[in-house]
Amino acid sequence: MKIQHPLARTLVTARSWPFFMDLVVAGVALSVFFAVVSTGVYWLGKPVPVVPISNSISALPLYAFYSIVRMGIAYMLSLAFAISYGYIAAYNPRIEPLMVAVLDILQSIPVLSFLPPVVLAMVALVPGHQLGIEMGVILLIFTGQVWNLAFSFYSSLKSIPREMVEASRIYRFSAWQRFIQLEMPYAAIGLVWNSIVSVAGGWFALIFCETFTMGDRNFQLPGLGSYIQTATYSGDMRALWSGIAAVVLIVVATDQLVWRPLIAWSDKFKFEQVESTERVTSPILELLRRSNLFSTLPGRVFSRIDEPIFRRLAKNPKSHVVHALDGEDRSRPSAALWTMAALAAVFVFWGATKAALMLATVTWPELRLLLEGAAATFLRVNASLLISAAWTIPVGVAIGLNPRLARIVQPIAQILASVPATAFFPILLMGLVKIGGGLGVGSIALMLLGTQWYILFNVIAGAMSIPSDLREVSTLYHFTRWQRWTRLILPGIFPYLITGMVTASGGAWNASVMAEYSHVKDRTLETIGLGAQIDAATDSGRFPVLLLATIMISLMVVTMNRLVWRRLYRLAETRYKLET
Amino acid sequence: MQNAAIPSQPSAQNSEAASSPTVSAIIRAEKVEKYYAQPSQNRIQVISPTDLSVVAGEILALLGPSGSGKSTMLRMLTGLSTPTAGQVYWHETPIANAETNVSIVFQSFALFPWLTVLENVEAPLQARGVDPEERRARSMKMLDTVGLDGFEAAYPKELSGGMKQRVGFARALVVEPEVLFMDEPFSALDVLTAENLRSELLELWANKTMPTKAVFIVTHNIEEAVLLADRIVVLGRNPGHIRTDFRVQLPQPRDRKSEPFTQLVDYIYKVLTRPDVAPAEAPDQQTGPRPRDQRQMHYQMLPHARPGGVAGLLELLLDKGGRDDIYRLADDLAFEIDDLLPIVDAAQLLGFLTIDEGDAAITPSGTEFANSEILRQKELFRDAAITNVLLLRQIRRALESKSDHTVPEEFFLDMLDEQFSEEEGLRQMETATAWGRYAELFDFDSGRRRFVLPDVSEEDAANENSASEDGK
Repeated sequence: MKIQHPLARTLVTARSWPFFMDLVVAGVALSVFFAVVSTGVYWLGKPVPVVPISNSISALPLYAFYSIVRMGIAYMLSLAFAISYGYIAAYNPRIEPLMVAVLDILQSIPVLSFLPPVVLAMVALVPGHQLGIEMGVILLIFTGQVWNLAFSFYSSLKSIPREMVEASRIYRFSAWQRFIQLEMPYAAIGLVWNSIVSVAGGWFALIFCETFTMGDRNFQLPGLGSYIQTATYSGDMRALWSGIAAVVLIVVATDQLVWRPLIAWSDKFKFEQVESTERVTSPILELLRRSNLFSTLPGRVFSRIDEPIFRRLAKNPKSHVVHALDGEDRSRPSAALWTMAALAAVFVFWGATKAALMLATVTWPELRLLLEGAAATFLRVNASLLISAAWTIPVGVAIGLNPRLARIVQPIAQILASVPATAFFPILLMGLVKIGGGLGVGSIALMLLGTQWYILFNVIAGAMSIPSDLREVSTLYHFTRWQRWTRLILPGIFPYLITGMVTASGGAWNASVMAEYSHVKDRTLETIGLGAQIDAATDSGRFPVLLLATIMISLMVVTMNRLVWRRLYRLAETRYKLET
Repeated sequence: MQNAAIPSQPSAQNSEAASSPTVSAIIRAEKVEKYYAQPSQNRIQVISPTDLSVVAGEILALLGPSGSGKSTMLRMLTGLSTPTAGQVYWHETPIANAETNVSIVFQSFALFPWLTVLENVEAPLQARGVDPEERRARSMKMLDTVGLDGFEAAYPKELSGGMKQRVGFARALVVEPEVLFMDEPFSALDVLTAENLRSELLELWANKTMPTKAVFIVTHNIEEAVLLADRIVVLGRNPGHIRTDFRVQLPQPRDRKSEPFTQLVDYIYKVLTRPDVAPAEAPDQQTGPRPRDQRQMHYQMLPHARPGGVAGLLELLLDKGGRDDIYRLADDLAFEIDDLLPIVDAAQLLGFLTIDEGDAAITPSGTEFANSEILRQKELFRDAAITNVLLLRQIRRALESKSDHTVPEEFFLDMLDEQFSEEEGLRQMETATAWGRYAELFDFDSGRRRFVLPDVSEEDAANENSASEDGK
């Protein structure tokens, strides 16, 4: 699968696998959850110091620095993990279906609901130390970022043209040479675009999870997120606005200093036969390329490291033989492998049973509340999707069909999509408090804040991709406005719209966790919903409810993906694809 | 879905030199068979048990309709794909453990778009741990050989299709492969570029510029196979099996218009279009004397120049001391070089001058011609034409041997059509007629489109005329 739709958080698999796989994944998830929670509960007794957060603006740079470091570490970990995961999945046919199923499910689960157990477990591992929370938050951002990166890398590996792979085999490339000369370059563009989406998602989560309360315990890290939240609690508007400004500044700077140069640079990895005329330009990259140091140094340093590796690898007798692409490893799995698989199965079964037993302690009233909450959140998520689509489709099409406007608006929409909506939540909340509105409707507005940009961005891209000759045809034959929309525009933007909606729906579910339950100035704003149940359960330490709510959210997201989005996606791929 | 109805034909007729497991086989496939797994637990047999050897010193072409497993066969012989059953040997060692030395030229070129031309060619050497300096030197030399001098820093996407495939060849040849495999290497290129690359490949092969011992080409283009190959193996499908395997003995360079060539193409075409009929013997490709051996002879391309032009050129050249640069001559005559060249060619063909490093030098016979008066010039021209121009010799001989000393133009046009396009045939005939009339070799009756011997043109032809009129 090629990455055609730049800003997509959730990638939809074209292939399907047996239901059995889903059960296995669910089992694994349950047992892991149980293991995490039980470690957490076991160690909970140890006290953790709470770092006080200053409201002064002079503290902002340091907090920003902490947050950026956290982001950076989480991103690096995600990248490394994603590459290894994708690589293993692509080259081990035996476990490939399981690994892909895991990817597909995990990337659609709202990670924020995992926050409390993950942090608890980490605190437990590093008792009595701030480092535990730190690791918990990083791990959480990591879990939010890693899946689409891994998926992108995996699908890139799988879509390398066959003859390229054969060339690398027949010329006896070592795994290392294949990796740096074929696989990484081929996957580079997908990785860059998915990194942008991942890091945006990372900021979204980071700002939410630097501070959270659990029972009477406050878990807090110095950072931009906790700064903004502290400002919200104390009602310090000046601090709140400067916190938000800092976040926006960082996002814009990242876009200009990191992403744009990276996109422009990755242009050389485009797999195309002829040179395209349109390309992203980056003044920063030009500057780097023009400087002597940067144009020669990396090459020299690299060849210093590179050459000995190649020489060493060439001495390996294995590298003198052409390795067949099929029929490799046709041996039967060894006894050790069977034993390991059996042990893993036993562990999974045990964990899943324990978790299921834990679920049995959920009372009927709690269950009823959860079901009602699920219905409410479901409606809210879809309402926010519909509202987003309702305004972004006309606006996006208008922008996309006007090339001059599109050139200005598109980069802005791209940046807006990466500004974490979580930073603006407090402002919205305060507004809600002031006008006395409840969170029931308010939370929809909060979800909108996070999701509409993805749709807008994709609709613009879709409208821009409608070939001009088709548009000319519609003018030539005097299509009515209705005909123009139903015959040309809507089918034309359909694949993009679906991509945007899938991404937005994932974002909306994730946002529901924080949108339905909030503390503002000693008040707890709350509405009925699954997200609220998760937060409330976190506050009171009700793990069974937390687990059940998470399961329900995941179930709904995965079911929606399977039943609705994947079908629409296939329709988009087959019927509404405009071949160029 | 397993199809076992068609029995395999491991070694077909007419292949005494081809598929006996000779010692010199570089790669030998023994009863290789390939199945592909289907999702529905069925296995589809793509190749039924087949023997095939790649022998040193030959270009082997594998022909077959799509779905006959040509590419699968290539991949099994290179070790890229493991046969489901049977074994492939590299110098009698099972290929999976052998240190093979083969290259593949791919249909899609399979160049790495993010590497420069040079880096692409260097990559296989890098894999073999060759030092950077040596790597660079060898790659540059190879780029030079394939005519890509000066393009080493370009990226593949900046090159045309033909140049991309040249990079593909350079990358394949830089490792000095013992066997060069090609998988439809020319089918993504336009006709002219493909033709060009084919002849350059043959040149490299004939000159032993590449240390390659055998070439294996998969193609669906019959003419390409007959043009290049020393041996042709035709595959059939459902499942893939060898239908026929024979040698091509036509000498290189091969002429697409020659009869043995077209016969061979027709034969293969028949084999391919009748999958259910057992193939006949390959046609006899003897190039020795045959009943109509004159037709097998090669007509020179006559330059379209007038005899008067030749005379003028020779006289000018004599004035210049018998030798001058061709471009300067064109300049002096205020001729376009393209207009002068046919005249120079004609004079050269007739043996009146020789070309040496861009200079035209007059020969003794040329000097005599230039110094003679008009009647003697005609005599000299006649002798030179009879000796050097096959078509004129044939016309003269035909006229002499026929009782009525006339021959229709049509007869010679038919022979020219074997070698030239219809239009060019007409032009050749026109030039030959002009030369023959000038040299008084024959006369041409343009009303009846017949050649006539000069001395009989009046009486005999008149007699014949009246006779035929009487007959009516």
